[in-house]
Amino acid sequence: MPSAEPILSIRNLTVEFNTEDGVVHAVTDVSYDLAPGEVLGIVGESGSGKSVSMLSVLGLIPAPPGKIVSGEAVYKGEDLLKMPKGKLREIRGGEMAMIFQDPMTSLNPVLTIGNQISEAIQTHNPRTSDDAARERTIHLLELAGVSFAERRFDQYPHEFSGGMRQRAMIAMAIANDPSVLIADEPTTALDVTIQAQIVEVLKTAQRETNASTILITHDLGLIAELADRVVVMYAGRVVELGDVYTIFNSPRHPYTVGLMTSLARVDMDQEWLEPIPGQPPSLITPPPGCAFHPRCTLSQGRARCRTEVPELRSFSDGTLHLSACHFAEELAAAPVLTATGSENR
Amino acid sequence: MTDRVPAADRLPEEREEIALTAGSVGRPAAATSASGSVAVPERPALEPAGETLTYESGVELEARSQWAYARMRFFRHRLAVASLVVLILVALVGIFAKRVAPYAFDELDLNNITAKPTLDGKHLFGTDLLGRDYLSRVIYGLRTSLWVALVVATLSTAIGTTIGAIAGYYGGAVDNMLMRLTDLFLVLPFLAVLLVLSAFLGHGKPVRVAFIVALLLWTFLARIVRGVFLSLREKEFVEAAKAAGASDLRIIVRHILPNCMGPIVVTMTLFIATAILLEAALSFLGFGIDPPTPALGKLIAEGESQGLESWWLVTFPGLVIVIICLAVNFVGDGLRDALDPTQRRTRA
Amino acid sequence: MLIYVVRRLLYSVVVLIVASMFVFWGISAVADPLAFLKQQPTASQQTIENITKRKHLDEPIPVRYVYWLKDATTNGFGTTTIGDRPIMPDLKRVLGHTLQLVIVAELLAILIGVGIGVYSALRQYSAVDYTATTFSFLGLAMPVFWLALMLQVLFVNIYLWFDVRIFYTANLSGVDPGGGLHFVLDRIQHLGLPWLVLMVASIAVYSRYMRASMLEVVNSDYVRTARAKGLPERRVTMKHAFRNALIPLVTLVALNFGALLSGAVVTETVFGLDGMGLYFINALNRGDPYPIMAWLMITATMIIVFNLVADIAYGYLDPRVRYD
Repeated sequence: MPSAEPILSIRNLTVEFNTEDGVVHAVTDVSYDLAPGEVLGIVGESGSGKSVSMLSVLGLIPAPPGKIVSGEAVYKGEDLLKMPKGKLREIRGGEMAMIFQDPMTSLNPVLTIGNQISEAIQTHNPRTSDDAARERTIHLLELAGVSFAERRFDQYPHEFSGGMRQRAMIAMAIANDPSVLIADEPTTALDVTIQAQIVEVLKTAQRETNASTILITHDLGLIAELADRVVVMYAGRVVELGDVYTIFNSPRHPYTVGLMTSLARVDMDQEWLEPIPGQPPSLITPPPGCAFHPRCTLSQGRARCRTEVPELRSFSDGTLHLSACHFAEELAAAPVLTATGSENR
Repeated sequence: MTDRVPAADRLPEEREEIALTAGSVGRPAAATSASGSVAVPERPALEPAGETLTYESGVELEARSQWAYARMRFFRHRLAVASLVVLILVALVGIFAKRVAPYAFDELDLNNITAKPTLDGKHLFGTDLLGRDYLSRVIYGLRTSLWVALVVATLSTAIGTTIGAIAGYYGGAVDNMLMRLTDLFLVLPFLAVLLVLSAFLGHGKPVRVAFIVALLLWTFLARIVRGVFLSLREKEFVEAAKAAGASDLRIIVRHILPNCMGPIVVTMTLFIATAILLEAALSFLGFGIDPPTPALGKLIAEGESQGLESWWLVTFPGLVIVIICLAVNFVGDGLRDALDPTQRRTRA
Repeated sequence: MLIYVVRRLLYSVVVLIVASMFVFWGISAVADPLAFLKQQPTASQQTIENITKRKHLDEPIPVRYVYWLKDATTNGFGTTTIGDRPIMPDLKRVLGHTLQLVIVAELLAILIGVGIGVYSALRQYSAVDYTATTFSFLGLAMPVFWLALMLQVLFVNIYLWFDVRIFYTANLSGVDPGGGLHFVLDRIQHLGLPWLVLMVASIAVYSRYMRASMLEVVNSDYVRTARAKGLPERRVTMKHAFRNALIPLVTLVALNFGALLSGAVVTETVFGLDGMGLYFINALNRGDPYPIMAWLMITATMIIVFNLVADIAYGYLDPRVRYD
């Protein structure tokens, strides 16, 4: 186990939103580390809190409805959540950069691509001349695989294709050599063929900057291909955390197991896909105890699942492996139960 | 695997392995029959094993119709609801004008001309040049104006919806022609056209005025309805209806039209306010409703000619117009929120 | 771009001509401009015959239309039926007065409306926001002429009680007060109230739409990206949010122009200003097609040009809509 200091350390983060339907507990008591140079995947369904946790760390949550109730996010020794706004702004876009999901709506339609990328450069390097910024922008666009970069500089987002827009967004994110790169569902809005290309661009970006990357997605294939470690989130909490191989080969939380078994397989005969039964819970009135228990096959109605919120416990498989399940041991010992309740190995 | 190897440098084979093994946990044995005919196995029950837990998160999930939801949303706007109450009251006053008004609207009291409003209940709004009780005149004027507004709103909505639907559904030449027609109206200031029409088609009777205003107002709704139809007629449910043999009329009325009800209802409500303002302006300028029928705009005009010291003659009819239009606008706003909640809520 | 402009203009000319045909036919068919004269016992038969000859009133309507068209294009819209008074000079004069009224009111309305809208959006639910919203609702519910009258009542009574004339409540000053500051002050005194009246409705509309537009933009993904880049909030608001939010307003200003002219008609009538509004009402009352047609053509041309300018401006602001 490398003992390097984590570059970003989130502890007990809790974020709420005040809506007219009630208080939404978007993120509850979330903790994880990001080690230098690694790719950390955050997996979960929509509404699991995976995006919100990162957005609040960067200060991008609108303050009136949203509120960071508690927690800390330590970056290079300082707590981002307690930092004065100006200082956080310097880090944002500079040392910590974010790539968003939908490149069509995430780029300003009335400004040229070149203008928007140069802006990112010149905000964090005020003494850069316009020409220098332009040169660097073109270089970044080429790095991201945008052909005819010089001509593209003066074009508008609507003149780009979906894949090219995402390349431009990635170019914009790595413009200032960030130490932390956050990719929020970078391929979700794209065609499958383009997705593969963007994955390559992401790899290039990571290689060029040596940035620690946080990859937020619900696509397990993407995780398998890119991530070193995985954080699994459900209903605003971390339910499992571990090395990517461990998570895929021996998951220790019923939700993760459910995720894995629900994957469609090309290499096997499957008669039916096995989704996780039930619906994601309401974040305004989450179920008491373990949030997953209404849909859990392992729980079998045991009282402890209904009353006590499980803590993240460690399993020593050699690497750091945490799971928030009262009966996680049974997952390793007993054969894993499928949705049908039948036993299988 | 103990060293941190950057993801980008991972050997592709290692990656593929875990991707493939991802689903190996708990995979049921494939049940294919040897002979090659695929027996479709029974679909596994999608309930968690053991006790089935249905979780109520405190919110009752009852199936409700779309209208019920809209009604619910509308009643959340206290301002809109209050305005609706006000409008109902006003309408009642108008309907029962004969009972509510303390005097007849043309009852003269030549001993008491141009009197200031008094609080003792004799003449709450004062009297005019001929000693007529102003409160009564305002009430009757309100009645006329409301009537005209309702007729205008109904007529314009009917015409606008029809023309908009035809233009939007059939498109092409028909659409072109109809839109050019509305273009003609758009190059001139609205009031000017109304004035010209009034001057030459005749005015005076409320029906005439209502007709003229409706003749121009429908163009606004037609555009909106046309837009909705244009976008909806390519949708699959229209194709499906056609495939089922539905006639054009049926498709228009039963399939597409219900989708426009939101904007139509909202626009129709706002038309009421617009109609009142336009009729008032026309009457004020002398091209609207003429005496002896009382109308709020005309009252204001007469009041103006009395001189500006008798402020009540001008103030009260206008105040009534303002209150009605405010209430209508609030209700319209509430309706818009209720019927189209997908629009970003910029609450008044 | 040039082709687009030319095409638009050609189309507009066609629309104008068609509209003019309809209107001329309507007016001529229904009204007899000599009706008043014919009722006068003092009017001689000879006079009536002369006018009829001069104005071709004995010919069928299409012929009359052609004569009108000739007059309109070559002779400054010709002359009035009774009195043979050239139309163009009068029209020019009243147009100038009305433009003074309308242009200033519109510019101020845009500035104030946009300002209020942006502020309300950025400080949502604040006291300013609620006040502004209330005022805009009120502004949209008030009949223009009533507001004009209320202001008149107010200032007339101020004059009567305090003997202080802050604003004139009627009549554009007939006497030319000279140039420079004196002129400006005089104009403000005379046009202050009319400006205020015209502005109210426009401000109400602009501020509400600006607020809605700004709110939508401020919550958009690309503004979030701009913040994620670490841009100072001010730059985010101005360069990214405001510019995008302004775009729909261009269309709105164009659409509102017609309403503004309608408002001007009413306002001028109430305040007794010698402008297009009063001219139009008088012409209508006389039933004389020549001044009415002239008025309508001039007004329509203004609206067409204004809309064209607005469309070009829109294309300039929004690159997704360039016309080439």
